[in-house]
Amino acid sequence: MSVLPTNYLTPTGREEAWRFTPLKRIAGLHDPATNVADRISIALSGAIRPGFSIDKVKATDLPAKSSTDDAVVQRVRAVVSEVTHLQIAKEALVSEPIILTRSTGNQSEFSRTVITAGAHSKATVIVENSGNATLGEEIEIRLEAGSNLTFITLQEWSENSVHLGRHHAIVGRDATFNSITVTVGGSLVRLLPTVEYSDQGGSAELLGLYFATDGQHLEHRVHVEHGIPNAKSRVTYKGVLAGDQARTVWIGDVFIRGNAEGTDTYELNKNLLLTDGARADSVPNLEIETGEIVGAGHASTTGRFDDEQLFYLMSRGIPMADARRLVIRGFFTEIINKIGIEEIEDRLMSRIDTQLERVGA
Amino acid sequence: MSQLVIKNLQVGVETESGMTEILRGVDLTINSGEVHAIMGPNGSGKSTLAYSIAGHPKYTITGGSVTLDGADVLEMSVDERAKAGLFLAMQYPVEVPGVSVANFLRTAATALRGEAPKVRTWVGEVKEAMGKLAMDPAFSERNVNEGFSGGEKKRHEILQMELLKPKIAILDETDSGLDVDALRIVSEGVNRVKADQNLGIMLITHYTRILRYIKPDFVHVFAGGKIVEEGGPELAERLEEKGYAQYVKA
Repeated sequence: MSVLPTNYLTPTGREEAWRFTPLKRIAGLHDPATNVADRISIALSGAIRPGFSIDKVKATDLPAKSSTDDAVVQRVRAVVSEVTHLQIAKEALVSEPIILTRSTGNQSEFSRTVITAGAHSKATVIVENSGNATLGEEIEIRLEAGSNLTFITLQEWSENSVHLGRHHAIVGRDATFNSITVTVGGSLVRLLPTVEYSDQGGSAELLGLYFATDGQHLEHRVHVEHGIPNAKSRVTYKGVLAGDQARTVWIGDVFIRGNAEGTDTYELNKNLLLTDGARADSVPNLEIETGEIVGAGHASTTGRFDDEQLFYLMSRGIPMADARRLVIRGFFTEIINKIGIEEIEDRLMSRIDTQLERVGA
Repeated sequence: MSQLVIKNLQVGVETESGMTEILRGVDLTINSGEVHAIMGPNGSGKSTLAYSIAGHPKYTITGGSVTLDGADVLEMSVDERAKAGLFLAMQYPVEVPGVSVANFLRTAATALRGEAPKVRTWVGEVKEAMGKLAMDPAFSERNVNEGFSGGEKKRHEILQMELLKPKIAILDETDSGLDVDALRIVSEGVNRVKADQNLGIMLITHYTRILRYIKPDFVHVFAGGKIVEEGGPELAERLEEKGYAQYVKA
């Protein structure tokens, strides 16, 4: 078992990275004084098929390739003794999605997962998170040359769940990483969807959708590190908030280092506030150290419901509640439709509808 | 036979300096099968009249009444007005991202008819109506008004009117921004719905051009928030020659 780095400092909430997070509500996941079990509750749904394998490996045999300064992820690395390793074989084309489900029960848990997409492989991996959880996790996704991986995580937790984690992709030469992060459940969810490139020609698309109702804190801290020339990234996160004390945080850090010539990046965050008493923080942050790039931009909007849209729909006979639902579904459609699995799309939409009804928005 | 009766309608908007009066007592009765052209200079309150009848929340009714076949329109919510048989073709139709035309039309038809239209007949109905307005079938997969040209937006408004079958329609500057071809197609659509459904029409316009395609039975000149002159089609011809100068205070 590894140990915490000697410079490990328990977050106090005053640090830039933690200033938005209510530490009281994260069940001590950040605090070395709290015991958290080293468990694996993630499992393959359905049978193993040709083109991939899933194994449990000693953590020391599969150390993380990337560095992190996140306190919870550092604890996860120190505690976890066994890692789940999903490997997509070189040149494999896995047509049906590989679905991993997690049910942690009521125990708190630290876990590490590594996904390796072999060279020139193509696959979709879906991580379904539901039920009760107190979870600290790291998923490291390694894309070898020319691989194409769609990585979808669904946070459909119960209302008391706490989930802190980092989903880090290392994008290899000419590899394509498409990710969709959906967070609709949980009391407190704080995710770090992060990307770095290990070689030129890589491309990453990070899509996200979050929907927070009363009392939920949903935080997404995106970081794309352009430290290699000629790589591309697109980030689009959309959120809807409804109900008292509904809280979301979106951070979009994109760094273009001095040697990352030919970088092409754009990031967008849009938030829709349906009721008073909800709060969305949106902090896009673009740092550029070279002028020799293809393009770099960011945009962020946070707004109220558009009364003109509502009027237009209602003037065609559509009742207010249906009109609102139509607009909210429309707002999320661009992200949800990319999942491409009707059963999941319908399930997410009906969950959103139910929660909207519950808060009367 | 339907009848929209507007009596002494007074409407204002809330501004920082209090209520600003826009409509100062409008009287107008529209029966099924009649075309009433409302003509007037910019800023005379024509659009306010249209939006007030449709129930836009921006406007406050300060006096008067609006009834449709005796029912109090001003007491109805926006969707109830549509259900009662009113339709407003907007000058600037609103974009609704992520909502397809097909989904929008079907949702509206379901709300107005009280039950979802049968899929097979409905698809045919929409396709036929689109064909008549020279609209590409691929149109129904696009998001409502998103990226539409001016002409496409207006055709889409008339398409809705054709499918939703109102009793009384208010066309707010439906002619603005249309080239000659589009104006002809849109006008033919309006005339078709009028003939098929004995529609009563309030046609709001700044120009006489559209009146060559849609023949008015009555022309009302609107200025300073009320009707200042009324007549038959000949009044439109006089306006064409002399303009609105005589109605606008110096």
